[in-house]
Amino acid sequence: MIQVISLLLENKSGALMRVTGLLSARGYNIESLTVARTLDPTLSRMTIAVDVEPPLRRQVIKQMNKLINVLQAVDLTDGPAVTREMVLLRVRAPMDSRTAILKEAEIFGARVVDSSLEGFAIEATGDVEKMDEFIDVMRSYGEIEVTRSGQVAVSLEAKKLRLSPPVPTGVEASKSKDRNGVLNA
Amino acid sequence: MSNLMSGARMLLECLAREGVDVIFGYPGGVTLPLYDCLHDDPIRHILVRHEENAAFAAEGYARSTGKVGVCCATSGPGATNLVTGLVDAMMDSIPLVAITGQVSSKLIGSDAFQEADTFGITRSCTKHNFLVKNLNDLPQVVHEAFFIASTGRPGPVLVDIAKDVFQGQGHYSPVSSIHLPGYKLVTEGHSGQIRRAAQMIWEARRPYVYAGGGIIAAAASEELREVVEMIDCPAVCTLMGLGALPSSHPNFVSMPGMHGSYAANMGMSQADLLIALGVRFDDRVTGRLAAFAPHAKVIHVDVDPAEIGKIRAADLPIVGDVKKVLPKLTKALAELKPDMGDANAEQRRLWRQQIRDWQAEHPFVAAVSATEIKPQHLMVEIDRLSAGEAIVCADVGQHQMWAAQFIRFNHPRLWINSGGLGAMGFGLPSAIGAQFARPDKLVFAILGDGGFQMAIPELATIASYGLPVKVIVMNNGYLGMVRQWQELFYNNRMSAVQLDCFPDAELLARAYGFKGRTIDKPSELSSALEETVREPGPYLLNVKVAPFDNVFPMVPAGGALHEMVLSPPQPVEVAK
Repeated sequence: MIQVISLLLENKSGALMRVTGLLSARGYNIESLTVARTLDPTLSRMTIAVDVEPPLRRQVIKQMNKLINVLQAVDLTDGPAVTREMVLLRVRAPMDSRTAILKEAEIFGARVVDSSLEGFAIEATGDVEKMDEFIDVMRSYGEIEVTRSGQVAVSLEAKKLRLSPPVPTGVEASKSKDRNGVLNA
Repeated sequence: MSNLMSGARMLLECLAREGVDVIFGYPGGVTLPLYDCLHDDPIRHILVRHEENAAFAAEGYARSTGKVGVCCATSGPGATNLVTGLVDAMMDSIPLVAITGQVSSKLIGSDAFQEADTFGITRSCTKHNFLVKNLNDLPQVVHEAFFIASTGRPGPVLVDIAKDVFQGQGHYSPVSSIHLPGYKLVTEGHSGQIRRAAQMIWEARRPYVYAGGGIIAAAASEELREVVEMIDCPAVCTLMGLGALPSSHPNFVSMPGMHGSYAANMGMSQADLLIALGVRFDDRVTGRLAAFAPHAKVIHVDVDPAEIGKIRAADLPIVGDVKKVLPKLTKALAELKPDMGDANAEQRRLWRQQIRDWQAEHPFVAAVSATEIKPQHLMVEIDRLSAGEAIVCADVGQHQMWAAQFIRFNHPRLWINSGGLGAMGFGLPSAIGAQFARPDKLVFAILGDGGFQMAIPELATIASYGLPVKVIVMNNGYLGMVRQWQELFYNNRMSAVQLDCFPDAELLARAYGFKGRTIDKPSELSSALEETVREPGPYLLNVKVAPFDNVFPMVPAGGALHEMVLSPPQPVEVAK
């Protein structure tokens, strides 16, 4: 079953590898992964769709939350969330089918981003199922080349982000009480 | 305060601020600038004979003190040789900081001489790792590494430092604080959950404390003793938890699991409440999971939320540090005791009696023979000399299990072994680390003839630093544990398990400049061990033991704890 996970992580070299390594070490195959900077440029938002057996889903989230670079990992599979995917495709469009292709694209709310004598480049967004259908329809017109963005998701409910505060350094500081249990303060 | 210094010097300043007094390491090309600074630094560098043993020695230091162990290796082969030690520290939650050199930042990725992707290789075998390409980041990173290694669930952290960072000059001012916003530490424990746990404990008829390495990592032995005495129920300590409760404590049963005692395993199988403290339900403890503690509800306290429910669902989870949770639990138990404490008093008395009966019925049996030294007899003799007070570093295999069965530990941090990873070659270098950390202590390295030969070069380290480590080789001429499995599960077809060449121990020790001896008669055992302990310096005692003894009880792989085999099923017939 496909699990959709949303992660907020530090925008640092190696952070992506830690997340994907956790999945590959357990033999899970990643269906899709998107990552980009957030409004705060020191952080990235990642959406992963991954095939995980349901009983292990909680464990995966817990392991991700253990990563130092991960601020928050949330399972969006069953929660209130919106997921979207973008498809960019090129379809060969001889003169006799051009009008039909444009009509179909319009039905899916897709946009033509390039047009040439050979055919069109079309951009579409929607949920995964809708994008599957769109690709099927376009394929019926002949040869296509497809690039999918993978899912991006946003939760519809705010989840409290608990961040650890700074701590003093050094051997003297390590004896002080504020070093441990900072989240409980 | 700010002054100009090299990156290498800066690193040593940061280590000093973290209280580091010893580093175990091995130099190389890219760490030359660091070793140049170490030459006149107050931090002591211990030169081992292989980088893997630097990691194991740092673990021995950390395991015997609770402080962060530090090891150091050069780039490429130096770093890759650390990997087994890092995984070992990861599996057993040991605080370790590994410093590795990396090729100059401009050469990274160019297949330079002695270049390896240390950052990539060690990602999955550390709690966290860093690659430092900029001198300005170095002090911050070093303090972050120590903080991550030593807090929460401890573990190994690696800092990979490019050569030009060691060489670069910069103004150093001590870093006063670090900020790791995503490092989630929960230590206190939920007070409502703790109260509910206390209720569950007083409601139970057959409560059972299952304590592990987490108690030792958290230095919570006193807190454990108090809670066990408050509940007054039987308590087992896992292989990693031996010494968490003194072996001499009246509530202590023994070790559970694959080679645990009959009483400890039957207790697990019959308990109606498991109070699991700093444990991870390892497969070597649970046996067949579906049949593990089938009648028990589970209270699980652990500082790592990912451990709770990972293997066995917890009826009552408490995320927190046992050091903080246990005193609160004891307090909650005390508050509820007047109302609830007597409810099942009679059943609990019978339960304690039942465990004592099982203990009396099937204790660990130390066979003694007049003609050959039985391996169990060796452990009993070492136990007599240790009397629960010596540090015992074991390697991996049959001797490790017999040592765990027969040697008592009256304090935490005396029993040092590779529990989760089962890394052969661990025993000798970890004893080196422990002896440096605890120069006042009697340190035994109890090894099999296999593991000893994996670590033989470290005899030179022992000799050159004059460490009074007592190296005891339980020599049965075989890779005993593998041979045991071949005997029991592979029709006794002994494949690649005979170690038919072993050096003369006396000559070997003499070659390194200390004393050694081989014995094979039971009559010599006591006096030879006494002589070993009396010797002020190191000593290598090679004890030839009965070759075909097997470790019992044994829960066969895939078996349930109560299905343990107590003694050899049938004498093995030898074809004539």
